Amino acid sequence: MSTVSASTKIDVLVVGGGSAALCAAIAARRHGATVRLVEHAPLSLRGGNTRHARNFRLMHDTAHCYVPDSYGEDAFMNDLHRVTRGATDATLARVLIRGSATIAPWLQANGVALQDPGCGVMPYSQRTAFFLGGGKTMINALYATAARIGIEICYDSEVVALPTSDGQGGNVVIDRGGITELVSPKALVLCCGGHQSDRAWLRDSFGDAADGLVVRGTPYATGRVLRMLLDAGARPVGDPSQGHIVAVDARGPPVDGGIVTRITAIPSGIVVDRNAQRFHDEGEDARKTHYARWGERIAQCPGQIAYLIMDAHGRARALPTALPPIEADSIAALAVKLGLDPAALEATTRGFNAAIAGGELIQRRTAQLAPAKSHGAVALAVPPFAAYPMRPGLTFTHFGVAVDPQMRVIKSDGSRFENIFAAGMIMAANVLGRGYLAGLGVTLSAVFGRLAGEEAARHAAR
Amino acid sequence: MPPDDLEAERVLRICTACMYCDGLCAVFPAIAGKHDFAPNDLTYLANLCHNCRGCWYACQYAPPHHFAINLPNTLAELRQRSYADYAWPRWLGRGFGANARVVAAIVGGITASMLIATLLLVPANVLFAAHHGPGAFYRVVPWPIMAGAAAATLLSAMLAIGISAASYWRAITPRAGTKAILRALYPAVLDIVTLRNLGGGGPGCNDADEKFSQQRRWFHHVMVAGFAFSLAATLIAAFYHHVYAVAAPYSLTSLPVLAGGIGGVTMLIGIGGLLLLERRADRALSAAAEIRLNIVFLVLLALVAGSGLAVLALRETAAMGLVLTLHLGIVIGFFAILPVSKAVHGLYRSLALLRAAIERARPRRSGDE
Ligand SMILES: Cc1cc2nc3c(=O)[nH]c(=O)nc-3n(C[C@H](O)[C@H](O)[C@H](O)COP(=O)(O)OP(=O)(O)OC[C@H]3O[C@@H](n4cnc5c(N)ncnc54)[C@H](O)[C@@H]3O)c2cc1C
Ligand code: SF4
Ligand code: SF4
Repeated sequence: MSTVSASTKIDVLVVGGGSAALCAAIAARRHGATVRLVEHAPLSLRGGNTRHARNFRLMHDTAHCYVPDSYGEDAFMNDLHRVTRGATDATLARVLIRGSATIAPWLQANGVALQDPGCGVMPYSQRTAFFLGGGKTMINALYATAARIGIEICYDSEVVALPTSDGQGGNVVIDRGGITELVSPKALVLCCGGHQSDRAWLRDSFGDAADGLVVRGTPYATGRVLRMLLDAGARPVGDPSQGHIVAVDARGPPVDGGIVTRITAIPSGIVVDRNAQRFHDEGEDARKTHYARWGERIAQCPGQIAYLIMDAHGRARALPTALPPIEADSIAALAVKLGLDPAALEATTRGFNAAIAGGELIQRRTAQLAPAKSHGAVALAVPPFAAYPMRPGLTFTHFGVAVDPQMRVIKSDGSRFENIFAAGMIMAANVLGRGYLAGLGVTLSAVFGRLAGEEAARHAAR
Repeated sequence: MPPDDLEAERVLRICTACMYCDGLCAVFPAIAGKHDFAPNDLTYLANLCHNCRGCWYACQYAPPHHFAINLPNTLAELRQRSYADYAWPRWLGRGFGANARVVAAIVGGITASMLIATLLLVPANVLFAAHHGPGAFYRVVPWPIMAGAAAATLLSAMLAIGISAASYWRAITPRAGTKAILRALYPAVLDIVTLRNLGGGGPGCNDADEKFSQQRRWFHHVMVAGFAFSLAATLIAAFYHHVYAVAAPYSLTSLPVLAGGIGGVTMLIGIGGLLLLERRADRALSAAAEIRLNIVFLVLLALVAGSGLAVLALRETAAMGLVLTLHLGIVIGFFAILPVSKAVHGLYRSLALLRAAIERARPRRSGDE
């Protein structure tokens, strides 16, 4: 059944329900447009991956109550160049960085509370501001503001068709519990994320390795709209088989596990594959973001699984995890619990322990062992031994559609869709073609979302 | 391990890995970096939480999520158990279970017996006469009986609560020298009197819903201020009685009457606000026993204040004798049930805040992505 309801006479339709969508909707409404926001998730799970975010990166010349020191435009740009190794559109990157300078006060003006670095236990962070209570609190505040200023919000509403003609978006088809509705807005803002939750698509891009992937965020980021845009001739950017993949606890939920399932203790132990063999230097990278390097490696392992093995001392050095590690009094017993070959795991640990050369704890390395452990090589000797089974956890892919500096979607032939705008992870690959910077996801979604909303309202007013 | 503890461990473990709520209240800094939770840690954390619900609305893992985290409820269940576990004498612990019935029976019983005793012992021409001038009250209920009964119940209640609190503190004492404890005293007292943690890290708590509000904090302050005024009125009156040898009732413009009147009205305002919030709040985020405890205590406190004001209003009339007896009955009943009332929360929470202040100097951790 399909109906054309009275509410179809709106200026701007925003598709999505995370930070990009909310910022777009609020910005468009504040620019005078009538706005409707459609979110595929139910109210209880609204907010996309933004629910799982903690902090965001912002350029600032002076200290504020939520961020100390300063972080200038060039420093931000250098960081972006470093992680993307050039896979960034310089014009859009400037728009992003300059936009980030005013995004914090803008969010605050729309009800979002930021955490004072002096309160709680979060680290002093020069480059990023923390949401008080995290991303879900931020999302709640924006939804409350959106409702207050008269934005129509629909949950459980999925955009299932996006007809286009003459470079224009036409009647958008929205499905709500099996009932479809046609909406013809003057402008359309697509903020519905990437395709990381679509198993079939992941299988296309990653092959068999896709089966072992855990999706860290919302199951509603299916990329359905992204696919429709590409089918309508939008120009793709990035690579669907590249993503931000981190080491996560294999026992966590297959989707939506969020932040708590990451395994951050790898430098405190050894990592073996399902044949109980080590395959990479666990001490190579002791930075706190090292787990982001291990996602890819585990994805390459047979069966996309690996095991972090520690002794009691290693475990004591590690940060707590959502699920307690699997423990046993001997390496062989631990192997049995993990379903590994006990003799093989014993041989691996014995070989590792025997190869440890001297030196201070942090610098201590193995000698004549392949692969080496170059830092923090300490014998696994003190029971109980502890293990985490690990899988590659996908945060997002480096893939989306091309946009111009007004956030209009660009077609493969270089022309644009006049009334279709995109913001957030659906177009993140324009600036983030590779790599990741802490706190960039929300900044990107909020800054580009706000901009897309303003441009869409401007377009609708024409 | 009891199932409550297992659930608390499961939830707190996820919270320590997450820590998104670390700016909301003292519970999160207190669990930072912890791998395991001993039962006494749980007892401590349970009372460090004051059910502000901030972490429920903030939680990315709230049901229907797979992890189904409901930290306010989990800690509220534990908190209720801790009240019963540390009650002294031990059998008193059972009074927390069916709190409404126990409190109604005790307060009602005491009030009724006082009324009956007055009716039987005081001649009708005295009881139902209008009395004026100093000592008017004591013509109905003699001073030694009035003061003696009240003091005896209050003192025994304070003894019971004191011993409970002492064993609670023994269970949660942190490893710290006397110096560290003394140094933490000032910040702890500041947290206690300002209700800092009811600020949700700045914008307020989720008193009734997703919106932030400071209402609970302010109504609590108002109620406590009213209570302090009433207490002051009693102390000043005692001073008048013993030092100046002037017997009650005092004139409307006298200090005890002014303080008592302001105190009673203020208390009623605070209580009304807190009861309203209790009504509007989502029950799934607390423990049923806790809601009952809150309501019973607030209603009883309102009866104390209300009957006190009634004495003030009717003291020149023939109803004075009965109203005074009623008020005394409620006050003495209130004293009697203090050890099985929400009043214990004041002490347990203060002690938990003291431990939190002692432990506050912890290394910071990383938490960005
Ligand atoms: C575990 C985790 C931790 C993270 N931590 C951080 C962090 O600390 N800091 C940071 O900056 N970034 C972080 N990120 C990244 C950040 O969350 C994202 O970059 C950001 O939230 C993206 O916002 P968005 O609005 O573009 O998309 P999303 O928040 O993913 O929202 C997409 C929305 O679109 C909706 N949708 C999809 N398809 C349709 C459809 N067809 N119809 C209607 N609605 C649809 C979805 O329901 C969803 O609400 C994290 C991500 C994860 C997974
Ligand atoms: S309910 Fe409030 S006080 Fe209790 S743990 Fe959550 S945020 Fe802290
Ligand atoms: S209540 Fe939820 S969001 Fe808050 S720290 Fe715990 S798990 Fe994280």
